[in-house]
Order: sequence, then structure tokens, then C-alpha cells
Amino acid sequence: MGAKVKRTSMWKFALLGVLGWVSVFLMPQQAEAEYADVIINNYADAAGMRPVVFPHWYHRIRFRCKVCHADLGFKFKAGGNKITMAKIIDGKFCGACHNGEISWSVENCGMCHSGIPGTPTHISGSTVQRLVAPAYKSLPQ
Amino acid sequence: MKNLLKGLAAVASLSVIIPVANASDAAPLGLAASKPITSAEITGSVPEKLNVSKANVFNRLLKKVKDPNAAPADDGIHDRANEATFALQPPKVAYEGLPTTEFGNHVDWVKALDDGLLDPRYDRADPEVEPFVMDLDIVRPVSASVPDVVFPHKPHTQWLHCSNCHPKIFVPQRLANTINMSAIILGKKCGVCHGKVSFPPNTKTCKICHSKPKPAGWKPPLSQATVKNPWR
Repeated sequence: MGAKVKRTSMWKFALLGVLGWVSVFLMPQQAEAEYADVIINNYADAAGMRPVVFPHWYHRIRFRCKVCHADLGFKFKAGGNKITMAKIIDGKFCGACHNGEISWSVENCGMCHSGIPGTPTHISGSTVQRLVAPAYKSLPQ
Repeated sequence: MKNLLKGLAAVASLSVIIPVANASDAAPLGLAASKPITSAEITGSVPEKLNVSKANVFNRLLKKVKDPNAAPADDGIHDRANEATFALQPPKVAYEGLPTTEFGNHVDWVKALDDGLLDPRYDRADPEVEPFVMDLDIVRPVSASVPDVVFPHKPHTQWLHCSNCHPKIFVPQRLANTINMSAIILGKKCGVCHGKVSFPPNTKTCKICHSKPKPAGWKPPLSQATVKNPWR
């Protein structure tokens, strides 16, 4: 079959083929939020803010679980801590570090309030979330 | 150079339309000459597939995540309209050089800590505080035929404090805790962390906990049902 293709047109087919393979790799791939990212939307939607995305992995590189879950009193439950901005400014929960001394302060709204509006409170990739009780509202794909 | 060109042309012929010069080959198959002829049509694979339901796709529900450590802007939960989303650190940048696994974050956090690749603080403000580590393995016999569970206190106390688990989640007393896989998957007992943050219970992780072979001469327990009480 290949022998019948004229030599002048070979370049075109070669180029098309290469472009074809390149386009396969450039296709948008299915992505998923990082395992254990917590989306907290207790009050954010109602207050007209984006829900908070808490990156567990980022914090566990810098702190052991004990710091937040024993010393600062964070419960092992997504959305179970009823965190408000008033408490944070008061130095509780996130505010224990996000106070301008250990980490950046509360004026960087968008760094935490960065979730897609309407995303329900859940912990990304958890077995409960995936197998037992999926989030009550469909998550954006 | 010519060989390279021929190779490229061969690759190209897999994905692009076969030139009209081959139309005569297709004629005996009864295809209309006016239609553009594809290589797939000549082999006859496409017309068959067109009539088949899409429900029969192989592994229909087993959707694989191609990019498990996507950057915040591409992970599906961060809002791209938010400027600060692009200022957040992508996980892949942080994970560089850390040992990998096939589950969870795809990072072996315990090994990374043991190898000294990570140095997370044990205290909020003071980086000098050393963790209170207890090295005590608890063997939990399992009634099913899978290997027994060994619970190592060491990697847990490296990260956590005693009060995180005791006495609320695990009563610190022999035979006082009933644990089963259903409870773990439902987010109770070990599942408070395992399946949410630490490595999840799945077919790739069984052996991490179920690691002690059954003692010699072990036999599966006989049913306790009797004629009087067939349902125990």
C-alpha cells in the first residue's frame, strides 16, 4: 500500500500523522482533586464567598497531624469544626498560624476561598465519599 | 533519513485517510466510490461497531484518573475565575523526590519521614520540638482467613498524639475494640484517617496492615450455628 503513495505526498502524511499523535497528548485529561483535599462550605455559599479548599498534603509536609488535630482542636470531620472568619481572626483554628506570623494572614481571601461556588462540603477521594455516601450534590467534573 | 520518513508515513497511515489511489482495492467490497474511504472501512471494523451499544465498553465504570496530582487550576474543585488559584503550589512541584505509591496522594509519607526527606513540625511555632514516639506493635488476630493485622504504634506516634485516638476512637484495653473492614470503609475506627487522608483501604493496600501470616495449623473457625439456633 505504502509503495503507491507518491514521494511528494509522503511529507504531508508524515506531518498529519505526527500532528495526530501530538493532538492525542494535548487532549484535556480527566483530572481529580488531590486525595484528602477538604472542601468546606458551611457558610461560604450563603455569604457570597467561594467555598474553602484546604490542601491536606501541603500542610502535612510542614506539620505533623498532631499540631492541628490535637493542639488546635480540629475534629476528624470535614465541615465538623464550624469555622468562621470571626474565630480565625480571634486566633482559633486556621487563625492559630494564619496570623501574619507563622503564615500569611487573612487578607489573602482567595488563597483559601478558591473552590468552585456550590461545591458541597466533603473530603476529596475518601472511601465514604466514593463508595458509601457520595456528596449530596453532583460534583463538577 | 529515508527510513525515518518511511516510518513516519507508516505511522501516519494508521490514523489518516487512505489516499484515493487505493479506491480500486475497495471496489470489490461494494463501497460507494464517492464516499471518502478510511482504512477502518476497508477492514470492515467500523460498520460493525456502529451498531453496538456504548454500554458494552470495556471497564465502563472503572474510570482511571489520568492526572492524579493535577495543579490546582486543573483539578476540578478550584475555581479558575479566582486569581489566587494560580498562586497556589501545584502538588507535583512539592512531591518531587519523595517516594511514590500507587494509592492516595501517590506519595509514601511514612517512608519520606523515615528517610528524612520531610521534617514537619511537631509544634505549631517551635521547630525544635521532638515528637514523642512509642515503638509498640499490637497484633490483632483476624477471624477470617486473611493474615493477621499488625498495628505499629511507631509510624502513628511520629505523626499523631496519643489523644488523637485514645480513648475516643480506640479504647486502650485488650479486646475492647471491635474492628472490621465495613466499619473502616464507613469511616469508623481506622477509617477515621485511613480512606480519608492516610493510605486508603483498597486491594493494593491490604498487605500493609494484614501482614502477619496465620500461625501454623490455623484452620478457619467452624460455624457456631446449631439445629436449635441456625442463625446463632
